[in-house]
Amino acid sequence: MKSVYWIAKREMGSFFSSPIIYIVTTVFLVLYSFLFFAILSEFSNISMQVAPQAAQIQQSGGSLNANEMIVVPALANMSVILLFIIPLVTMRSFAEERKNKTFSLLLSSPVHLREIVAGKFLSCLGIIAFMMLLSSYSVAFVVALGEPELGPIVSGYVGLLLMAGCYIAMGVLASSVTDNQIVAAALGFGMALLMWVLSVPAQKADTGVGIILKYISLGSHLESFLKGVIDSADLAYYLSFMAFMLFLTYRVLDSRRWR
Amino acid sequence: MIEVEHLTKNYGPRAAVKDLSFHIHKGEVVGFLGPNGAGKSTTMNILSCILPATQGQARVCGFDTFEQSLEIRKVIGYLPETPPLYQDMLVGKFLEFAAGLRHVPRKNIPAAVDRVLQQCGLTEVRHRIIGRLSKGFQQRVGLAQAMIHDPQILILDEPTIGLDPIQIIEIRKLIQELGESHTILLSSHILPEVTQICQRVIIINEGEIVAMDSLDGLNASMRNARRLELKVRQPKDDIQSRLEGLDKVQSVQSRGRDLFIIESEPEARLQDAVARLALDQEWGIEELKPLALSLEDIFLKLTTEEKEVKEAQI
Repeated sequence: MKSVYWIAKREMGSFFSSPIIYIVTTVFLVLYSFLFFAILSEFSNISMQVAPQAAQIQQSGGSLNANEMIVVPALANMSVILLFIIPLVTMRSFAEERKNKTFSLLLSSPVHLREIVAGKFLSCLGIIAFMMLLSSYSVAFVVALGEPELGPIVSGYVGLLLMAGCYIAMGVLASSVTDNQIVAAALGFGMALLMWVLSVPAQKADTGVGIILKYISLGSHLESFLKGVIDSADLAYYLSFMAFMLFLTYRVLDSRRWR
Repeated sequence: MIEVEHLTKNYGPRAAVKDLSFHIHKGEVVGFLGPNGAGKSTTMNILSCILPATQGQARVCGFDTFEQSLEIRKVIGYLPETPPLYQDMLVGKFLEFAAGLRHVPRKNIPAAVDRVLQQCGLTEVRHRIIGRLSKGFQQRVGLAQAMIHDPQILILDEPTIGLDPIQIIEIRKLIQELGESHTILLSSHILPEVTQICQRVIIINEGEIVAMDSLDGLNASMRNARRLELKVRQPKDDIQSRLEGLDKVQSVQSRGRDLFIIESEPEARLQDAVARLALDQEWGIEELKPLALSLEDIFLKLTTEEKEVKEAQI
């Protein structure tokens, strides 16, 4: 386990000493903030429109729900932005090591291959978690001005982090098959996008295949998290998806030694 | 310490290493000599557990490179041909990382880093970024990371490649010092380098061992003895004794009934005498050729490269 710590620590250090991470983080925050404020202004528009009937609405026990109208769409947007951003973070994991011939240091050290994979994965997860933490200013904003429920916000973030973990695991796998970072990014993005759009055709067909596609799709499992429900089925899906992708990464790296 | 038995490594259809067998004992400094592409790096990669062998077995400290690679990786320090350096890291931080990877206990890491910085003459560049250092310093950082956990065995692939003459001398001196307390296997394509540092030499060409001997033994066989190989069509029992009876013959070894290696005194030029004897006795000469020459050829190849370097230095 100590090796995982050392590898992840070095990886994080390397992230913060390269310009890529600052650019990627900036792009992420700008895109997210733009969409967040679009949602916010839409919400305030609706608030203004319904203001004359406010008393009526309150009497009937209703109110404008900040969770459903701001937090959920904002987090859903973030899940899409992450889809584009994560391959840029994961592309270097193994591709760069191979290109710079530094991988032989790891391979000739008393470190198990699975510890290397875990270290790489956790460092990327750490970076994404850091970016999500920066983006949480928006939630703080909503909490300060409105009265959203905190439960669904927390579960939403948990779900997003799990989903990001799946994208990262795919990106790390993509990075393990090639020495070229661009190829790794393209491959990681392709896989992530495919897993995400899988549910699109399923929405039209409620037959057997449709249900299966919807179940396999990464996006469909996020819905319950955003609603504030942590379903063990969704949790198991995300965790096993990550484990499977990381296992494939391990196998790829192991088999490449034989060639 | 290192036992290699019938090691073969194929890259697709091409064999990089063919049926290699050698042993290295504790405390020895052994040079692995051969032209580029001879299979030196491949063998070292197998010994460092980076590559699996196609056939055969390699054991380091009694551990199998395939079955017990984690144990081996604890006791070796490996400097690959291209030093594995993270260009964006500081020298000191990189060495701390290398120490952590090699399971140096956390409280011992600062001392270990200080020690290798001192040994490799890196103290002054401790806080500099590796990517900004000269090739010579980078090579030394590579050497430092291999030594950080004070391994019993050091495997150094071309440790002086790409350095300027003064740096070469410094690194050679450092390896000599290390050789007093470590087992070292180092590869080179430069003969004088090996003669300076190593006690024993393994010469490898096109994936096969061509010669393996101590430096003195090798020099003796190179300079003095002339070896002839005689192959006959009609083997007889008295061939060996009759060959030994020839003037200026030092020894005769038989390889099977029809193949003989004749070792003679220097400059003896025994071809004529052997041929005459074979014709008289009607053994039927199938082949008669000087052996040492092929070894010399390889040395020539190796030494010419060093000559080029020397000329370039002038």
